[in-house]
Amino acid sequence: MLTQTKDTEERIWTLMIWSSVGLISLGFLWILGDLLWHGWTQLNWNFLFSSPKNSGREGGIGPILISTSLIIGVCMIIAWPIGLGTAIFLAEYTQDHHRFGRLIRGSLDVLAGVPSIVFGLFGNALFCQALGLGFSILSGGLTLACMVLPMLIRTTEESFRAITSDQRLAATALGFSRSTTIWCILLPAAMPGLLAGSILGLGRAIAETAALIFTSGYVDRMPESLLDSGRSLSIHIYDLAMNVAGGNPNAYATAIVLVSLLIIINLTASWIADQWTTSNQLPT
Amino acid sequence: MDNIQPAPHLTKTEAQLPGIQTWLPYQSTEACCEPVAHIRARDLSICYAKHLALQRVNLVINKGCITALVGPSGCGKTSFLMSINRLTDLIPRCTVTGQLQINEFDVLTPSTDLLHLRRQVGMIFQKPTLFPFSIKKNLELPIREHGKHARKTWATLIETTLQQVGLWDEVKDRLDQPAQALSGGQQQRLCLARAMVLAPEILILDEPCSALDPISSGIVEDLIVSLRGQYTVIIVTHNLAQARRIADDVAIFWAIDGIGQLIEHGPARTIFESPQHELTSAYITGARG
Ligand SMILES: Nc1ncnc2c1ncn2[C@@H]1O[C@H](COP(=O)(O)OP(=O)(O)O)[C@@H](O)[C@H]1O
Ligand SMILES: [Mg+2]
Repeated sequence: MLTQTKDTEERIWTLMIWSSVGLISLGFLWILGDLLWHGWTQLNWNFLFSSPKNSGREGGIGPILISTSLIIGVCMIIAWPIGLGTAIFLAEYTQDHHRFGRLIRGSLDVLAGVPSIVFGLFGNALFCQALGLGFSILSGGLTLACMVLPMLIRTTEESFRAITSDQRLAATALGFSRSTTIWCILLPAAMPGLLAGSILGLGRAIAETAALIFTSGYVDRMPESLLDSGRSLSIHIYDLAMNVAGGNPNAYATAIVLVSLLIIINLTASWIADQWTTSNQLPT
Repeated sequence: MDNIQPAPHLTKTEAQLPGIQTWLPYQSTEACCEPVAHIRARDLSICYAKHLALQRVNLVINKGCITALVGPSGCGKTSFLMSINRLTDLIPRCTVTGQLQINEFDVLTPSTDLLHLRRQVGMIFQKPTLFPFSIKKNLELPIREHGKHARKTWATLIETTLQQVGLWDEVKDRLDQPAQALSGGQQQRLCLARAMVLAPEILILDEPCSALDPISSGIVEDLIVSLRGQYTVIIVTHNLAQARRIADDVAIFWAIDGIGQLIEHGPARTIFESPQHELTSAYITGARG
């Protein structure tokens, strides 16, 4: 009797787990399939490198790829050092229950949940208007940096906290200064976590639309400097799908490029993290 | 472990008793014959928040000797060690009061140069604490941080230190491999080498053998014995037989009503042959602890 109920229970559990896994994979495959189905015919090298024509109905996405990389570049160049610095401060220089650290951590957690459109409005008010940068790649990148920072800081901080205190003790006992301990001992150990955080941030930044509409603008010409307006991939998709009649095929093709980029970034990051761990530690 | 061994440095001939011959034969050095105080603790107390972990320890540790701290868990041995190189500073709300001197140098004053102090006092922990880098880099990091040696002399310094800990022949072909791939005993010896490249005067070892198998433990023990005379060694051990084999002086710690104290200390022979305190005699005969 007992074993039978156990058996049925076990089966129901297995079924539930497998069906949720199936559902998730199905959803992902569906989206991917849909994109490929509608956009595949548009895709070729020319599409990647040429300029959009006729509001994007024809031509390619060359300038848009460039603008996107510049925006992301600005975002990461700004967000990385600030994020790392703050994370080190939170993890190594404030005690767990200190009021100041708790305040910062709490604010970051709230900020991480703020919708991106709010960051867009904030970026527009601060960078575009108050600082006079106008609709530009620089404004867009800075706004994205503000948006990914909270999450970047928190994941980096966690990876510092995950290092066992043995290493800190050993380093301190050897008479290492605090900066040596952090740079030479803790940072390499925290690296995989830091990478993971950056990738999450990068993914969020690349896929961002709302925060960029108000800051980096719509212009689909090839940017000549960081102060030019530039259109990102996601905005291009949005614009083609919503505002341009007959823009759908190219919107799909652009979406394929965007999704492929996300997948490539993710794979590269986990590869780097793997290399890092195996070259520094024992395979356990 | 059953029959009482004399403290070896006092009577060299008697030390050659049969029994634990494998790692007994060693030479005692001059440094222990005329005791010179190296570390002095006066009324040293250690508090974690409101919990008094160690109360009014008065202890003199002699230069070049091996001093064993023994006693049951939780009686404040680790805390005592960590106050010597002020690792207690890392623990929030831990306060150390009283006086602690190394030579004439006052350890506990706030103005102490901690980095200098910690280079003078090398510490080994129970679990080997190598950094997740290569063997070579583990030794290079402290040398570089210390900043006293020209880069071209590093290789020789690393070689001589590894030879001192008897590791050179075992690792000379794989200095670039991860240090954490070594066996436990090798790791512990590498930790010792890592502390020794800084040329400390004092080595404090917190149960260095307790995570090791008997063979590795014996090798590490031999190594510690070979350091007598060159370094002032303070070793915490749970292994009374080990304390008896290697120590010149022994200090017995005990937690009375949850408060750690030093109940007896003196030359190993005196402690093991004619203990004064009843807890000590109960402890060394195995009746308590
Ligand atoms: N980091 C700490 N925070 C609070 N109490 C501690 C800490 N470390 C040790 N103690 C307390 O101090 C006492 C002595 O501990 P310890 O020095 O580790 O003893 P031993 O090394 O002899 O086992 C114990 O009662 C322990 O609970
Ligand atoms: Mg201990």
